[in-house]
Amino acid sequence: MDHSAHGHSHGHVDAAGASHGSYTSYAIGFVLSVILTAAAFWAVMSHAMSPGATVTTIVILAIVQVFVHLYYFLHLNFSSEQRWNITAFAFAGIVVLIVIGGSLWIIHNMTDRMMPQMQQSLPGLQEQQG
Amino acid sequence: MPTDAVAAHGGHDHHHDHAQEQLANKVFGFWLYLMTDCILFATAFAGVAVNRHSYAGGPTGKDIFELNGVIIETACLLFSSVTYGFAMLAAHRNNKSQVMLWLGITFLFGLGFIGFEVKEFMHLVADGNGPERSAFLSSFFLLVATHGCHVTAGLLWMATLMFQMGVMGKPLNTTYMSRLTCLSLFWHFLDIVWICVFTVVYLMGVI
Amino acid sequence: MLGRLTWAAIPLDNPIEMGAVGLMGIVVLIVLGFIARYNLWVYLWKEWITTIDHKKIGIMYILMALVMLLRGFADAIMMRTQLAFSHGASHGYLPPEHYDQIFSAHGVIMIFFVAMPFVIGFMNVAVPLQIGARDVAFPFLNSISFWLTFVGMALVNLSLAIGEFGQAGWLAYPPLSELKYSPGSGIDYWIWSLQISGIGTLLTGVNFFVTIIKMRAPGMTFMRMPVFVWTILCTSILIMAAFPVLTATIGMLTLDRYLDFHFFTNDGGGNQMMYVNLIWAWGHPEVYILILPVFGVFSEVVSTYSSKRLFAYTSMVWATVSITVLSFVVWLHHFFTMGSGADVNAFFGISTMVIAIPTGVKIFNWLFTMYGGRVRYEPAMLWTVGFMVTFTIGGMTGVMMAVPGIDFIVHNSLFLIAHFHNVIIGGVVFGCFAGLNYWFPKMFGFKLEAKWGTRSFWFWLVGFYVAFVPLYALGFMGATRRMEHYDNPAWVPYMWVALLGAVLIFCGIVCSILQIVVSIRDRAKLQDVTGDIWGGRTLEWAISSPPPFYNFATTPTVADAEPLWDAKQRGTIERQARDHYEDIHMPKNTGAGFIIAVFAGIMGFAMIWYIWWLAILSVVGIILTLIIRTCNDDIDYYVPGEEVARIEKAHFLKVASLETEKQHAD
Repeated sequence: MDHSAHGHSHGHVDAAGASHGSYTSYAIGFVLSVILTAAAFWAVMSHAMSPGATVTTIVILAIVQVFVHLYYFLHLNFSSEQRWNITAFAFAGIVVLIVIGGSLWIIHNMTDRMMPQMQQSLPGLQEQQG
Repeated sequence: MPTDAVAAHGGHDHHHDHAQEQLANKVFGFWLYLMTDCILFATAFAGVAVNRHSYAGGPTGKDIFELNGVIIETACLLFSSVTYGFAMLAAHRNNKSQVMLWLGITFLFGLGFIGFEVKEFMHLVADGNGPERSAFLSSFFLLVATHGCHVTAGLLWMATLMFQMGVMGKPLNTTYMSRLTCLSLFWHFLDIVWICVFTVVYLMGVI
Repeated sequence: MLGRLTWAAIPLDNPIEMGAVGLMGIVVLIVLGFIARYNLWVYLWKEWITTIDHKKIGIMYILMALVMLLRGFADAIMMRTQLAFSHGASHGYLPPEHYDQIFSAHGVIMIFFVAMPFVIGFMNVAVPLQIGARDVAFPFLNSISFWLTFVGMALVNLSLAIGEFGQAGWLAYPPLSELKYSPGSGIDYWIWSLQISGIGTLLTGVNFFVTIIKMRAPGMTFMRMPVFVWTILCTSILIMAAFPVLTATIGMLTLDRYLDFHFFTNDGGGNQMMYVNLIWAWGHPEVYILILPVFGVFSEVVSTYSSKRLFAYTSMVWATVSITVLSFVVWLHHFFTMGSGADVNAFFGISTMVIAIPTGVKIFNWLFTMYGGRVRYEPAMLWTVGFMVTFTIGGMTGVMMAVPGIDFIVHNSLFLIAHFHNVIIGGVVFGCFAGLNYWFPKMFGFKLEAKWGTRSFWFWLVGFYVAFVPLYALGFMGATRRMEHYDNPAWVPYMWVALLGAVLIFCGIVCSILQIVVSIRDRAKLQDVTGDIWGGRTLEWAISSPPPFYNFATTPTVADAEPLWDAKQRGTIERQARDHYEDIHMPKNTGAGFIIAVFAGIMGFAMIWYIWWLAILSVVGIILTLIIRTCNDDIDYYVPGEEVARIEKAHFLKVASLETEKQHAD
């Protein structure tokens, strides 16, 4: 089990089981982040692509950058010491997807079922109900 | 577990191992807290996503978002993430004065971020585009201000640690290492949230 | 200076409320008088208020839950009495605005300040003992959690004397809960008491997850954890995943009310259904946060009192895990009538029905555990059997309502009320009483007397059916919830039967109180000398009752899912104290958790009454207390091995003398 998880310090691994990187790893992480951030802003500000393609691009860039940060700054990896950190992170990710995705699905499904003129004057309709 | 250690090393090491284990638990517990925070932010993001077209006749993202300011804010946070990383490297080398130096620099970057954010908010409110204008703006303000409050809390924490180590002369022992590590997780985590904020709120808002 | 707080906030013109305030005042005065008479101030401060011992914190949680059960039940019987009289020309004795506060307060108190503290109390008492740990992972955080919950409870009760409570139901749906329609202090009391206690609960979730993952005794692999520990592990996951959503949602409502935001308002593009969606994204996991721990309690109780290993441990564990996962994808069944399409309703309807499968697995496992066992019908076991029958019925009406078509007809009717009381009383309340009877000797060193316990059980069981079966029928007849007056004479007899049921439950509560009183009187006779009064199977019964403050003198090693039973079978149980014990590292008591919570309570009160300067001051107070606490390095100490040896020897001597006594008697 986890009873060995409090490990004895060897190399770049501290008591919490997290490796703490080096100047090089922080530099690599920083350069990658700058490139990814700049690419996202450029994609939007240059209007080089259609809106749909732009959204897809910046979402992919953001996801990649999140993982860059997790790896180079938070030092999250798949080592055994970090198994629980990774598990918790994956589980939180699932809950995040359920909450955001579920809310969007539920609310849009309802809005779609309203009559068009009601959708436009949604506030007015709700005023009557209130 | 403690008893194994007792059998192997006797009393003194037992004490030491126990402290190490408590430190590991603290960092793990803090990581879990961050995961709950992640879900808190997710709820705010759900609000932004659902209300993204609820302008109520008010301005849209295109009308009000200034990307130049966002770029400066992003740069502040990115730099502060790296400088905090350097503070942690110094801490692992047990070099307290360098830790203090890098923490100070990180603090200034964080303060810069907050400054630009407050400026943006004041500008929006002065133009009559405050959170009371529409559900879209309410969701925007909630999400961005929640992130801003977290950064402010991080700054307060950083100042406290600098005061404790600098003025009160606390040593870089396991207690303070665990605090520095937790704050490092917090700080980098806020940077990750910011990536999602600038992508979903600002960039998608102006497309 | 005092915001909107004026003398008019005190409801002097309402005799019922003032009567309740007077009664509460008298009780508080009696308690304070008792403390002053025996000069217990220092004892209270040193042993209880500043304690970070999980066992004492657990006891305080349970005590709070029991007291609040009385308050919540008073609300319940007032509602039943009103409905028995208030039909046709008669309007009963409660005006609508008061009745609305009562049903809102009843729901909030019963869920947040009875059920939650009860199960969290059991977590605190049992989990560290069952996994062979010294304490929880973060004892100081545990103290903060308790006191934040306590402060939330205090705010709800304060609303009785100063101002009013919410009138918008236990979940305060907007737009009714928006400032425009509820301008008074009631919703603000609701907001701040839930926000403050909710943060306490969130911290508890983190605390117990780390405790169970990192602090189990050597050899206790996941598949050797007691089922109660498994259920608490899953509950902690649910708390960590669900409570942030509550915090954020209440935060949005707060901003709507205080700063004119437009999340859920009628105008400005607000969307009320988003609130309903988010609050249930928390609310449904919350239901399982309440029921999973009592499933754990029943598992412990059934196997102990049947003197048999729990049937199909592995399937029990997987049933718990699948309920945990499924509980995140069913929340829409609370608002089928919102107007979503068939695809959405079908998805959530089916996922809801699927939950019945792992729950059914559990019921059969408990039944098969009893089958062929030597069942002892002590009160804890009676509650468990009562639960199995009642909860199954409640579960079946739940599956009925999982069908969107049926739900459209019975939504917000008394059928729904009957259904969820069927699962919450039949499940959570019965489970809490089972757990109280089961772990009481571990907490206090003597068991609860069985005769009054049995009476209490039968009154509750019969009273429950008499009170709620008529509500099922009334639901079919069209009676809705949250209704303080009606014109249909056909409903009257059912309402009277329901009132009779509430009176029977009242008798059950009286029996429970008598059970505790009689047990305290006869505590010498009911004493648990060995620490293993029921023939227990898990580690908490391996040490004395009540356990020493450090729990285990030496960390036990585990080789089985039922470590104590295993040790008893193999005869490896310790019968005398060792010669030598290691020093034990323990945290020192601290008042910081209490002080932080008091500041949080003042902040809540100041926000409710718009006393901004006080709110800011108390936030500063919270931050300063935290900083001062972190500056303090003197937070732990070592219990010398000789001291441990002295305590352990005394315990084993006591056990030995009892055994000699027994032999003489034979």
